[in-house]
Amino acid sequence: MTRYALGRLTSLIISLIVASVVIFGVIEVIPGDPAAFMLGVNARPDTIAALRAEMGLDQPLVTRYLDWITGLLRGDFGQSWTYKTPVSELINDRIWVSLPLAIYALILSTLIAFPAGIYAASRRGGAGDITIMGATQLGVAIPNFWFAMILVLIFAINLRWFSAGGFPGWDNPFQAIKSLTLPAIALALPQAAILARVMRSSLLDMLGEDFIRTARAKGLSRRQALWKHAVRNALIPVLTIIGLQFSFLLAGGIIIEQVFFLPGLGRLIFQSISARDLIVVESVVMLLVFTVIMVNFLVDLAYAAVDPRLRTKA
Amino acid sequence: MSRNLIIGTALTLVFIALAAVSFVWTPADIETLDIPNKLQAPNATNLLGTDHFGRDILSMIMMGARTSIAVALVAVGIGMALGIPLGLIAAARHGSLLDELIMRGNDLVFAFPSLVIAILITAVFGASAINAIIAIGIFNIPVFARLTRGAALPLWERDFILAARVCGKSATRISIEHILPNITNLMIVQGTIQFSLGILAEAALSYIGLGAQPPTASWGRMLADAQTLVSIAPHTALIPGFAILLMVLGLNLMGDGLRDWLDPRIRVART
Repeated sequence: MTRYALGRLTSLIISLIVASVVIFGVIEVIPGDPAAFMLGVNARPDTIAALRAEMGLDQPLVTRYLDWITGLLRGDFGQSWTYKTPVSELINDRIWVSLPLAIYALILSTLIAFPAGIYAASRRGGAGDITIMGATQLGVAIPNFWFAMILVLIFAINLRWFSAGGFPGWDNPFQAIKSLTLPAIALALPQAAILARVMRSSLLDMLGEDFIRTARAKGLSRRQALWKHAVRNALIPVLTIIGLQFSFLLAGGIIIEQVFFLPGLGRLIFQSISARDLIVVESVVMLLVFTVIMVNFLVDLAYAAVDPRLRTKA
Repeated sequence: MSRNLIIGTALTLVFIALAAVSFVWTPADIETLDIPNKLQAPNATNLLGTDHFGRDILSMIMMGARTSIAVALVAVGIGMALGIPLGLIAAARHGSLLDELIMRGNDLVFAFPSLVIAILITAVFGASAINAIIAIGIFNIPVFARLTRGAALPLWERDFILAARVCGKSATRISIEHILPNITNLMIVQGTIQFSLGILAEAALSYIGLGAQPPTASWGRMLADAQTLVSIAPHTALIPGFAILLMVLGLNLMGDGLRDWLDPRIRVART
């Protein structure tokens, strides 16, 4: 296990380094000088040069990369050019919208998908199975931002149960959670459809295994065998999908935030792109990619802890 | 042929036909504005109603189908054109440093959610349909590379490949002449699924303003325009959404149906 973990850790570090080089490289080839952009078309060349020096743009690429990366490691994300505040502060304000939204959606998705998948597998071929599988086909095909608009139309405009958008802050946790509810549902449903399908097919694979036949032979009912033996084993592939979904939910939140006017990381990225505030774009994208790589790493470890076969294979 | 395949193919063909017809005819011209006639509910002259500029929504849907299909198709093309050769090379050189490099490269692209790739690209080159294609295309490369490698590896162990090697064929020739034909079905099925994901991705990117720019019609843009009008003219939001839903549903059903139809083993197992 230690050896497996060390191997994964090495590839984690390499992935992070390469990802940071790619992000930095892509942002740095942007045509257009941010300093010239900020000062407008009438700026004098020496003013632009002075601002470039102030922003550190006159330094060699390697120096700038190393400055950026060592800053990130210390938790210093640099200074936003348009907001004139540390990027870490900007991120800190908004991450408490984006992260809870992704986690809320993940919980909803799991809560919907597990019962649906288990029920469909236990009634394979029956009316319940066919209905649930039909619903998941629709769920996979629905664009989540459109579904979000439909939710607003029904629950905010017609029924007036929720507000159509905005976020009141965490001072009142109940209101905060309430305002994240429609966005979380919109994000969760398509993912729940995928998860339910994986849960069902993983369970059906398990139900065909010898150990289930043994369990049935020693007198367990179909239902007992399903709950005591199949569900636990079927969870292994499902775990990986949940890990992958977290990154989808975090990135998908960027779009859903636009529908509900939520002040999250997505809004920050779009505002920064239009203001050419590249240090913010760079750092937020790196943070998102870091989170995705970390979550996948943890899922791999959890996977190996649950399934000993993987450790020896690696 | 299964019911899935028939329904899915029919739905897909309807949208392809709409897009094709739009090249020669649309019910109305979408580039002329008719403000007095704006936000009409569906009626006899405008079968699906009009939008906030008085443009005919059916015509917009037809032109939008063209954008969606073109973007998704080219993006899948990019994914296949680069991903399949990479997968074939990785499988042919299994266990080598090259294989390792290709697979780690794939993992890396996977770590960037497709939306983040799109954001990076538009941050650099600006928003356009072409950049949306590139963003979706890049994300498709590792999908096809992994699938190709996974399917090709067991083939390399088979006797007919051994026979080809004994005949002195190079790894490149074996990959092209023997491995590729054996994984074509798999690629077609995955291509259909990636096509449907491409339609969804194009709609999402256009919706947030990173995809096709006006005056190019796009389902995602139509939804973005409709967002503030949803309470007074719900049809402007409902119709483009249903178009996306039905097209994606059609492609997914077609993919499922094709998989069953092309893989006789599944056909036997299912019955």
